[in-house]
Amino acid sequence: MQFPILSVIVFTPIVAAIIILLIPGERKTEVRVTALAAAAFALLLSIWAYFSYDIQAGGYQFLETYAWLPSAGISYQVGIDGMNAPLVLLTGIVMFTGVLISWKIDDRPREFFAFLFLLATGVFGVFVALDLFMLFFFYEIAVFPMYLLIAIWGWKETREYAAMKLTLYLFIGSVVALIGALAMYFTSGLGTFNMLALEQAGFSSNFQIIVFPFVFFGFAVLGGIFPFHNWSPDGHVAAPTAVSMFHAGVLMKLGAFAALRVGIMLLPQGAQFHMPWIIVLTLVNVVYGAYIAMVQSDFKYVIGFSSVSHMGLVLMGFATLSQDGMLGAGLQMFSHGIMTALFFAVVGMVYDQVHTREIPRLGGFRKIMPVVAVAFIVGGLVSMGMPGFSGFVAEFPIFMGLWATYPWVAIIAVISIVITASYIIRIITKVFFGKIPDEFNDHVQDVSVLDKLALVVLSAVLIGIGVYPPLMVPIVSSGVEHILRLLGGA
Amino acid sequence: MFNFAFEPWMVIAILPEILLLVLALVILVCDLVLPDNYRRNQGWIAAVGLGIIALLGIIFSRTTINNELMWGGMLRNDWFAFSFRMVFIFAAGITALFSMDTPRIGKRGDYYVLFLVSTLGMSLMAMSADLIMLYVAIETTSISLYILAGYLKHDDKSTEAGFKYLLFGALTSTVMLYGLSLVYGFTGTTNIYALAELAYVNQLSLIPLIGSLLLILVGFGFKISAVPLHFWAPDVYEGSPTPIAGFLSTASKAAGFAVLVRVLLAAFPTVAPYWGAYLAALATATMTLGNLLALTQKNIKRMLAYSSIAHAGYVLIGLVAISYLGVTSLVVYLIVYVVTNLAAFGAVTVVGRIIGSDEIADYAGLSRRSPWLAFVLLITLLSLSGMPPFGGFIVKFAVFAAAVQADMIWLAVVGVLNSIIGLYYYLSVLKVIYLYRSEDEDKSLEITRPYLLGLGVLSIGIVLLGIVFAPLFTVANRAAASLF
Repeated sequence: MQFPILSVIVFTPIVAAIIILLIPGERKTEVRVTALAAAAFALLLSIWAYFSYDIQAGGYQFLETYAWLPSAGISYQVGIDGMNAPLVLLTGIVMFTGVLISWKIDDRPREFFAFLFLLATGVFGVFVALDLFMLFFFYEIAVFPMYLLIAIWGWKETREYAAMKLTLYLFIGSVVALIGALAMYFTSGLGTFNMLALEQAGFSSNFQIIVFPFVFFGFAVLGGIFPFHNWSPDGHVAAPTAVSMFHAGVLMKLGAFAALRVGIMLLPQGAQFHMPWIIVLTLVNVVYGAYIAMVQSDFKYVIGFSSVSHMGLVLMGFATLSQDGMLGAGLQMFSHGIMTALFFAVVGMVYDQVHTREIPRLGGFRKIMPVVAVAFIVGGLVSMGMPGFSGFVAEFPIFMGLWATYPWVAIIAVISIVITASYIIRIITKVFFGKIPDEFNDHVQDVSVLDKLALVVLSAVLIGIGVYPPLMVPIVSSGVEHILRLLGGA
Repeated sequence: MFNFAFEPWMVIAILPEILLLVLALVILVCDLVLPDNYRRNQGWIAAVGLGIIALLGIIFSRTTINNELMWGGMLRNDWFAFSFRMVFIFAAGITALFSMDTPRIGKRGDYYVLFLVSTLGMSLMAMSADLIMLYVAIETTSISLYILAGYLKHDDKSTEAGFKYLLFGALTSTVMLYGLSLVYGFTGTTNIYALAELAYVNQLSLIPLIGSLLLILVGFGFKISAVPLHFWAPDVYEGSPTPIAGFLSTASKAAGFAVLVRVLLAAFPTVAPYWGAYLAALATATMTLGNLLALTQKNIKRMLAYSSIAHAGYVLIGLVAISYLGVTSLVVYLIVYVVTNLAAFGAVTVVGRIIGSDEIADYAGLSRRSPWLAFVLLITLLSLSGMPPFGGFIVKFAVFAAAVQADMIWLAVVGVLNSIIGLYYYLSVLKVIYLYRSEDEDKSLEITRPYLLGLGVLSIGIVLLGIVFAPLFTVANRAAASLF
């Protein structure tokens, strides 16, 4: 029998979480080491799965199917194709670096890592799910630990409010999508939740047009789509560093991915009907998000809103329903995930040293923490879509796809690049260059080796993809072909 | 039309009920002979005895299940009744464990006898196939519960709870009895399974049938604490001894649903559209009101009371779908709900016994005082709010699926909106437990062995039911099949 690599990836975090919970609470180092070992193991497996995916063969690979509730057609079924393989890898990387960065957490680290890993299991589970019920099952698992992680370990000022807002938004989204999914299940008459079977169900176009908005928006809430993006910056800012990384880096992709997997792929005619107006919403995301990011004075809010803007690009790429747009969106999910994890890591490191995030009060940190400054600049260049970095590889196809389908949207959307450049450069100048304010002169220190390791890993990935796109472009292209077949067959 | 002859298998079929009575008598004797420092062990006797009864029931009584009437048409031996009877015995066993170390009740033999008798009554309720039997069973259950609710004689709140429960119970039961007598008058039979046919044969007009049904539903609505007959629940739960509050909100409510489902589906299928619409409205009101009122509660027992009202609303969705899937979802929902809510009240019993308060605000710092107890509450409350990988998710999923299948998408939407409200107040409690600090947080909480066992079984049960749910659905499918 083939080694069940995907199941092992999915269940590694939760098994680790159980082991961690069994360690006595005072033995904090053992908790952290266990967490790191589990994260490293999951990362290695996801790298292995990613690179052993056979692009020539295409389709879903590493399939595993087990009956779960046969009488209702529910099964545990996993597999990866070109679309979700990079996302599994992304989750592995963010989980690993997130553990590195959370080393300093001293308040109940046992519970922290247990909840974080429960979240990771949920995320892995959604990315590899091929069964609609299973997708919801893991989706909800990914939602509720966020509440505890933010409320307990978050920023004292806003954590209770932000945690509740985020959880309720996401829960509302998912239950709305759930009703849509149940409608699909009963209407198809197939008696199965298998998404590969539901793709072929041949829903009538009226049904697709009615159900599509529920399913798409239900999930796109987590992708941060305008006007349901409001939870996201608040949530990012209130969350502790590792959770912000997870949240912006991985969870928002979860929403975009599920909107694609369940919305666009199962209801292609619905997508074709609704996308012309949805693209306008994503345009608001892209431009308005960037604009709001520009006027923030809180370092973390800047990054929070930049996520809204960049996730808008992902959804916009999907909304073009074209090969280039989809390809770019697939790449952008990965690229933005790593980039924003890097950003939040940097913000967290700066905040831990100086306990403020007001940009005007900061300055000159290049001298004290050079690695952090370089990492932020790398992230910034990615964010602006500079060639040689992964952001360019991802954004260029999106704009190509846009130009071919909705040229006027492309024209307006490119404005966001300029705005992005302005706020990124402003932060680099203000926070990392210039003179260190007197109040921080003595006690600010460089970050730890573990922190540096995390930053180096993240930056290396961003540059690696940018310099050598064939690492990722062919695999995502192969995934896009499957989606286009579904759209073309409609 | 029925064969009322006695056959030997009928004795095996009611073996659990016979043994329940024997166990009650054994404890009554123990209460007389045991010296004072051994009297707590009556709880162990009850719990272990109930475990053995469940085991014997599964080994022997299960083999006799044949979907036929027995004992002169008084009882029906089917899977539906059997699954409920096992749930009641399980709930009673857990309640016995939780009662042992609870002050002023744990050492009293008559306490255990009373709730064994009420368990017996519930078992008979689930099996009743005759209106008279049904009424006697309901009263057996209720009268013992009235006493148990007011068991703490020197506590004003408990006395108030007992009295209030009695008044409400007596009133609704009278109305129900009137309804039952009308049904007999119109049809000339008391057998539930003969009723539908006779009503049809006699060409009975709708008005008397629906009218008497409405009266009967008053009694049932009280048992399941559906709006507008929910008023008693918060006061009674708050005042009763906490293990009894748990028992009331789980086993007693499940018993109410068992009779409700059987009577409606077996005796009144001819007017199904009418009671379907009525109960759909009731479900909406019950869910919404229960959840909205739970939002503002400061006392955890009152909050759980309103939450259990809300859950009755979700369960009703399964019934108003009037389908095979609907009844299946109702049965699985009740099983998971019983397990989950018992755990919630169990944890509240432990905390209340040590900190001497049921105010939610006093739960601050609990996760530091006792990480495991906090974890049990985490699992429980998340399961109640319908989160995976806990049991609550799959059963909510099943109930909403039943509504969507029955083309009642609006009801499913009402249900999911309500579960959002639910999530809010369950998370608010978890916030207090995990986030807020208190001065006592260095003092660890001692959890005695019976609590440890009970909470351990329930927590593992909640997680297992949420992950490996195929066996649960197999049982529920059989239960549903035996009614259609």
